[in-house]
Amino acid sequence: MSLEAMYQQVIMDHAREGHGRGLVDLTAPGRGESHQVNPTCGDEVTMRVGVEGDTVAAIAWEGHGCSISQASISVLSELLEGESLDTADEIYEAFRALMQAKGEPLDEEREDLLGDATAFVGVGKYPARIKCALLGWMAFRDALIQARAASSGAAVEGGEA
Amino acid sequence: MLPDLRDDFPILTRTVRNGRPLVYLDSGATAQRPLAVLEAEAAFSREHNGAVARGAHLLAEEATDAFETARASVAELIGASADEVVWTSGATAALNLVANGMLQASLGAGGAEAERFRVGPGDRIVVTELEHHANLIPWQQLAARTGAELAWIPVDDAGELVLDGLSEVITANTKVVAFTHASNVTGVITDVEPIVRRAHEVGALVVLDGCQSVPHIPVDVAQLGVDLMAFSGHKMLGPTGVGALWGRKELLDALPPSVFGGGAIAIVTMETTTWLEAPTRFEPGTQPVAQAVGMGAAARYLMDLGMENVARHEARIAQILREGAAALPGVRLIGPVGDPERFDVLGLAAVAVEGVHTHDVGQVLDDRGIAARVGHHCAQPLHRRLGLTGSTRASAHVYTTEDDAHAFVEALAGVREFFGVTV
Repeated sequence: MSLEAMYQQVIMDHAREGHGRGLVDLTAPGRGESHQVNPTCGDEVTMRVGVEGDTVAAIAWEGHGCSISQASISVLSELLEGESLDTADEIYEAFRALMQAKGEPLDEEREDLLGDATAFVGVGKYPARIKCALLGWMAFRDALIQARAASSGAAVEGGEA
Repeated sequence: MLPDLRDDFPILTRTVRNGRPLVYLDSGATAQRPLAVLEAEAAFSREHNGAVARGAHLLAEEATDAFETARASVAELIGASADEVVWTSGATAALNLVANGMLQASLGAGGAEAERFRVGPGDRIVVTELEHHANLIPWQQLAARTGAELAWIPVDDAGELVLDGLSEVITANTKVVAFTHASNVTGVITDVEPIVRRAHEVGALVVLDGCQSVPHIPVDVAQLGVDLMAFSGHKMLGPTGVGALWGRKELLDALPPSVFGGGAIAIVTMETTTWLEAPTRFEPGTQPVAQAVGMGAAARYLMDLGMENVARHEARIAQILREGAAALPGVRLIGPVGDPERFDVLGLAAVAVEGVHTHDVGQVLDDRGIAARVGHHCAQPLHRRLGLTGSTRASAHVYTTEDDAHAFVEALAGVREFFGVTV
């Protein structure tokens, strides 16, 4: 695998653009926040996730790290914001599977789910970098669990079904 | 200068990514091992393995002899006598042995002899801002548990220790001063003398982290005037899982042990234990004997080369790495370029590439077969002080060639272009 195959253009672009960057206050009824650190390099991300009904309503984050971690967070933000909770779960699982695939592509169905995130396929060949790619996804997962709990709590308090 | 030693290191002939030859520049993290070490370890296991210092059979005698001969070799390398060298699992364990011994003393262990090791409220423990975590955390935790105060010698914007205000840091109430002989990040070899002088002026113990110095430059503990020194096997061409603590004999005999078990004791009753003298009192349980034999062989290998020759060879590598890196646009060498002719820096260079994360730099190097270290190198406070989260480090040893060093600088030169950083 060449270096260019790992650092695909879509990764370089996302690393530069940083979709969702900026830790704005969220207004969704269910909100969660997670701070994750990669202890080997000191990279960190703080991510906020807002849940409204059964939708990931908003994602906001701030952090610093390598191009793989930054691009991965950017892709994640673009991909998951506005998705249903069920689809977000599926995409999360598909991305985890991609990281464990040792550089081999996934089946077509999961690749469709992942969209731009399939560009990270090369990372799976480098065990030391998988943690970089997963940093934001770990934060998302953690923040989403809190947001869901808060959202259902809010629903109960509000007397909704 | 050294002859070409690459034939002594079989691993250097292997290829890595994309079939490229290996350019190994991560010796500061762990060094490669010569045949002399690999064979000493294997020969011990094949022919002499037995329980050390226990039993009266021939193998037990041979194993004990090999273990103690290795200890003598390691002692000789640093100008010490064998009964002042304690085997540990590594430098981290050696530093913890001292800090935990002081904690034991502070809890009352060791009687009147251990008085000099006691710390508590009103006392000070001094480290430096550029320590490896292994020589920071044990002291930080000792301070936290005893109520003593932790203070540190600061570094300046260039990453160099500020030794001007030593008497304000090493105050009259200072009980111990722990610092590194050479930084694993800046590569600067510490000016030990003024620190030792000030520490001894106030009656403080001096603990030296010799991890990066013992493998690379001549080290004589008597000449340095320190009280204790830790170093590890795997950074000096030896095996992992073994290291050593050197200490002045009278200090080691008074320092309370903090790991307890068989083999280290004189008399045990159901209620009490008395300990043997050093070094045995600090070596309970079964030691990493084959590894110790390997570390002894590594010490012998280095002494046969001559540490002056090793230092001269690595000074040449330092020059290529440091001057080469410092001259590249958008590349910041951490620490001064130094003057390798004066042996003030090690054969290493840690760099920050403007606009490119250290992991990404490491990936480009790896693609060219270059093994370098990325991250904070277990020195987070130093990186934070310099406004960095990490850096990319190339570090040499006796087998490093000038071509290796040039390969690092050349690869570094192309990194910013690859990532489209044009500033």
